[in-house]
Amino acid sequence: MSMNRRGAALGKWLVSGPPILYLLMFFAIPALIMVLASFRTPGDFGGLAPLLDESGRPDLNVDSYVRFFTEPVYAQIFVKSFVYALLTTLICLAIAYPLATLIARSPKRHRDLLLLLVILPFWSNFLIRVYAWMIVLGPQAALARTVNALLGWFGAGPVSLLFSSFAVLVCLVYVHLPFMVLPLYANLEKHDQALLDAAQDLGASAWQRFWRITFPLSLPGVYAGAALVFIPALGIFAIPDILGGPDDSLIGNVIKQQFLETRDWPFGSVLSIVLTVAALALAGLAAWVGAQGTRRKVRSA
Amino acid sequence: MALLEIQNVTRRFGDFTAVDDVTLAIEAGEFFTLLGPSGCGKTTLLRMIAGFDLPDGGRILLNGEDLARRPPEARPVRTVFQSYALFPHMTVEGNVAFPLKMARTASAEIARKVAEALEDVRLTGFGKRFPHELSGGQKQRVAIARALVTHPSVLLLDEPLAALDAKLREEMQIELINLQKEVGITFVYVTHDQTEALALSHRIAVMNHGHVEQLDAPSRIYSFPTTRFVADFIGTCNLLVGPVLANADDMITVDVRGLGTVRVSAASGITVGAEGAIALRPEKISFRGATEEIPSDNHFRGTVSDFLYHGDVTVYKVTTDGGATIEALSANSAAGRTKFHEVGDAVELSWPKAAGHFIAG
Repeated sequence: MSMNRRGAALGKWLVSGPPILYLLMFFAIPALIMVLASFRTPGDFGGLAPLLDESGRPDLNVDSYVRFFTEPVYAQIFVKSFVYALLTTLICLAIAYPLATLIARSPKRHRDLLLLLVILPFWSNFLIRVYAWMIVLGPQAALARTVNALLGWFGAGPVSLLFSSFAVLVCLVYVHLPFMVLPLYANLEKHDQALLDAAQDLGASAWQRFWRITFPLSLPGVYAGAALVFIPALGIFAIPDILGGPDDSLIGNVIKQQFLETRDWPFGSVLSIVLTVAALALAGLAAWVGAQGTRRKVRSA
Repeated sequence: MALLEIQNVTRRFGDFTAVDDVTLAIEAGEFFTLLGPSGCGKTTLLRMIAGFDLPDGGRILLNGEDLARRPPEARPVRTVFQSYALFPHMTVEGNVAFPLKMARTASAEIARKVAEALEDVRLTGFGKRFPHELSGGQKQRVAIARALVTHPSVLLLDEPLAALDAKLREEMQIELINLQKEVGITFVYVTHDQTEALALSHRIAVMNHGHVEQLDAPSRIYSFPTTRFVADFIGTCNLLVGPVLANADDMITVDVRGLGTVRVSAASGITVGAEGAIALRPEKISFRGATEEIPSDNHFRGTVSDFLYHGDVTVYKVTTDGGATIEALSANSAAGRTKFHEVGDAVELSWPKAAGHFIAG
């Protein structure tokens, strides 16, 4: 009996040990190194100054944090990044909800194929897909020529679709759409048709059935999708780099710049930490508001 | 005029005719049951009354008005679904208030009616609970309260007790009878469970292959089945098949294969020589050991080939000397330990002519 129990405990460690070790080495320790780096002094030629100064005392300070909170340009870029991520999330939701509903309600034998089509873009490289948008939105492409021809009729000047906020947003939505569709589909597919029949039988119109039954029951899927879109969209740097104009730098670009070009590691670390904390706080807030919302809806219903 | 009239309603799915030219008139205040095996069309008929499905032919009239153009949400008909279909994100109160909100009832009125409906189903005090916090029987009552709160003309119940265990089912049956009496709303009840149908209904329509086989009061359905299907489907029944030998002196004589001449009370419209069946319930057969002599209209010898002990009764399968198998019941009602007959024991079966019921065709 006790041998068995010891064997079971050993088995549990053998199963959960490797992933815990992996997370410790490649997630927890690097994150701690970054926290430590944010309190250190930048080196004269990039990187970090030695941890111990000439007198042998640790060289730790909050200079980088002070810089972040005193130079408003960084807060502005943060706000801009939040706005882009929020817009991306909302547009993804608006597109993904009808799409996920359509897939969930289509005949079972078609569903797998439709889901495959949703994740098909993942089969090609992320950067290649971003570069493809350069061609789609480029000045010689049919899209830009059509838009500019139409604008010409109304007497408006030609516009450039590429290297604009528009291009960044279009690509952000394109890249993140599957992450909204999949959790929404997983939720909607489980909905019981009998509930909608019951609601209709009890006098609910099509809109009331959606608003009172389907939508509240799909909120867990909406929250999951929103988190999966919002958080990566917040930290993205490749899309503004490739498709954005000079004013479209987001916080991800600034962080990348601090590490690779300015080589101010402590300040880059500060920006990363603030971004992580802000994203976590926002996700937590959304979850809390969501839970409150459902509870209140239930109470008033 | 009947409250709900179903006139020549037909519904086909491809080559399959689910409901075939059914005509029924259901009266106001009636507890009406559609009874039949799965696939007999009872649920399809119910869905057409609710409006979830439309007939391919025929009409459904409520208070004389054709319902064809009314979608389910506009019919004064409510359904209690087999799975209850309670809204999981709403409390009991929220669920019961839902149809009132859809009808744009004032909120003070909603609170009063919800409290009333919950009282009707004996769930006062459960209003703040969520469906997942309720037992099966309580969920069932919420579903009924939600359907009754707007006082519909007709309440449709689709196998509402199928998911409950036997004991609870019996309790709920009694509650349903009382509730229906109390609210006076017409119930149309769908079930494949014949004991449930017999216990609950004022009238039963027994359905098979999309047709109504017999429409009658429960006791008449049980005692006087008009078709072999009804006799066989309701309870257990011995069907003694053979040609009619004579029809005279208030008595029909049938030459039953493997048994011999069987006498049964007369019925009208019987032709001598035509094939018929005698429906004979197991509990109407006297069942004795072979030593006793009982004078009766019908009297046969046989041996016990199988028996099932049910506690209150024992069911015996008896093979007669002619080779027919007859099922007979023996009540274990005597004081003390009941005497059993073992497999292979010689026994005598007898019954008066009035015990059986002749079915032509």
